Amino acid sequence: MTEPLLRVRDLKTYFVTEQGSGTARAVDGVSFEVHPGETLGIVGESGCGKTVTSLSILRLIPEPPGHIRPGSFIEFEGRNLLTLAPKELRAIRGNQIAMVFQEPMTSLNPVFTAGDQIGEAAVVHQGLSRKAARRRAIDMLRLVGIPDPEERVDHYPHQLSGGMRQRVMIAMALICHPKLLIADEPTTALDVTIQAQILELLDRLQADLGMAVMLITHDLGVVAGSADRVIVMYAGQIVEQAPTVELFARPLHPYSEGLMASVPRIDAPPRQRHGRLHTIPGQVPAATAWPPGCRFHPRCPYAWDRCRQEEPPLLDAGTGEPGTHTVRCWLLTEPRRRTPRP
Amino acid sequence: MNAWKWLALAGALAAALLVAGAVRRRALGTAAGRRFLRHPASTPGVFVLAFFVTLALAAPLVAPYDPDWMPGIVELQNRPPSGLHPLGTDVYSRDVWSRLVYGARISLGIGALAMLVAVTLGAAVGAVAGYFRRWVDAALMRFVDVGLALPRIFVLLMVVALWEHVPLAVLVLVIGFTSWFGTSRLVRAEVLSLREREFVAAARALGAGPRRVVFRHVLPNAAAPIIVSAALGIGNVMLLEAGLSFLGLGVPSPAPSWGSMIFDGTEKMAVAPWTSVFPGLAIAVVVMALNGIADGLRDALDPRREGGAA
Repeated sequence: MTEPLLRVRDLKTYFVTEQGSGTARAVDGVSFEVHPGETLGIVGESGCGKTVTSLSILRLIPEPPGHIRPGSFIEFEGRNLLTLAPKELRAIRGNQIAMVFQEPMTSLNPVFTAGDQIGEAAVVHQGLSRKAARRRAIDMLRLVGIPDPEERVDHYPHQLSGGMRQRVMIAMALICHPKLLIADEPTTALDVTIQAQILELLDRLQADLGMAVMLITHDLGVVAGSADRVIVMYAGQIVEQAPTVELFARPLHPYSEGLMASVPRIDAPPRQRHGRLHTIPGQVPAATAWPPGCRFHPRCPYAWDRCRQEEPPLLDAGTGEPGTHTVRCWLLTEPRRRTPRP
Repeated sequence: MNAWKWLALAGALAAALLVAGAVRRRALGTAAGRRFLRHPASTPGVFVLAFFVTLALAAPLVAPYDPDWMPGIVELQNRPPSGLHPLGTDVYSRDVWSRLVYGARISLGIGALAMLVAVTLGAAVGAVAGYFRRWVDAALMRFVDVGLALPRIFVLLMVVALWEHVPLAVLVLVIGFTSWFGTSRLVRAEVLSLREREFVAAARALGAGPRRVVFRHVLPNAAAPIIVSAALGIGNVMLLEAGLSFLGLGVPSPAPSWGSMIFDGTEKMAVAPWTSVFPGLAIAVVVMALNGIADGLRDALDPRREGGAA
């Protein structure tokens, strides 16, 4: 395998909460790698630490109350982002690693035109003049498929539709041809047809520009369509990591299983199609008090004593090369317990 | 006062009407503009301000006499308004109308310049305090607390007393440096909420440095309260300048500021009220006009009326 572009080791991002309710361990020992050109999907419910993970990579966690624990390690092209000086870090942000935010409505500055905002990264990183930046912005608008780019470049965010704003956000992120694009729920705020268009656009641009994409979403459909590999997060940890095809064919962690079962499927057998849709009981516990043992055990249909006492490590599923499919679950050691109790 | 000067005055009135009309027409084109016009004091305010600004700009054309010219101290002092002197003459026989016209330059000029100094400082300090929080915020805001706690007029008296005749530039700076505290608090409060907005994170994710984020991304979004506080502030500064001049510590004597004109007339208030009343009226009318405009702007620019985040 090629040298990874981004290597995250044992990332711990904690938030100190007020009124002494303790420390929220939002991201608690996450390790993964992103290889050049691949798309890595990160899925999980709200509150699982997906967004905090992505913000930690660019060190955009508000400090205080948040902080990345010592011992964490985020390496991008061989440089540890956590020890970089602010200036060096800024040279990477928007230039080598870019980010697309969830809310196209609020992530654009209302007082600047689309062109100003798209061109800004080029002005900051490449010292382009305003005029040159505007020309580049028009090219970018064309690239992301906005009609009449010469006209749209001077429009303000409130004059653009939601889909167009998200395209502008993508244009902003891509103007410097980053090697890694972090897309945090890029389609959540959009309606379904626009979602499909945006994902298609991301796919096309990724192929054209040869960048790696970290696609953060709670929508398994989005992941199934775009990602090469998927990481499933729960309670601040990675619970399963596998190639997309394999994960969808054979989800091993009960949480992944539950997620899959909660998605309506058009190809399900008729009897299942007419039944009730599966839900995972309960909700993600508070990050200030993760349950002891396996963090998923209170919601797990298979949980037994060991799950309540001992926290499982990431175990290899034994398919393909070691490390391609890993699962944080004791079931891997006792597979015969995978029969739901009545 | 000859026919040309009356014509010039009519011209100034016409210019003010034109300006007010043009503002109205432009404002009607936007929702914010229409909210501005809905305030009853905004249009008259624009008219009055435009009139006095025209007077100030075209003072040599409008004023019938040299404002410092004393045609005859003894026989022509404290003359009531007449065809020759539309607002009468003062205790030194100078033409009150001419002095009022030239005084508009000084009074409005000091008001505008001092407010510019104050707003710039206040916006910068407020933005820095609100964005960086922590000890920067604490230090700057405690300093502002001190500034707000000091009775400003005494500070001004003290500073101004260092000079025998205060240079106008010093007066502007001193008033400016003591008028920014309120603005900085306002801006800080605005920035505290703006810094949490997603577009700030987006700007940082682009690689923008703190200076760029504060002054290019955050501050322009706080423009509305800054503009309103500036419009209100000019009126306050004009009153302050008038008060200082009235105490003999503001604009030095021969120069015609409205405050010093009131002061010049106080001794003969009973026999020649026009010497004090007209500059006093001018101050009152201009300050009311500015407050009307500020109220209109507040209605227009208040984001809560926008029905959205924009």
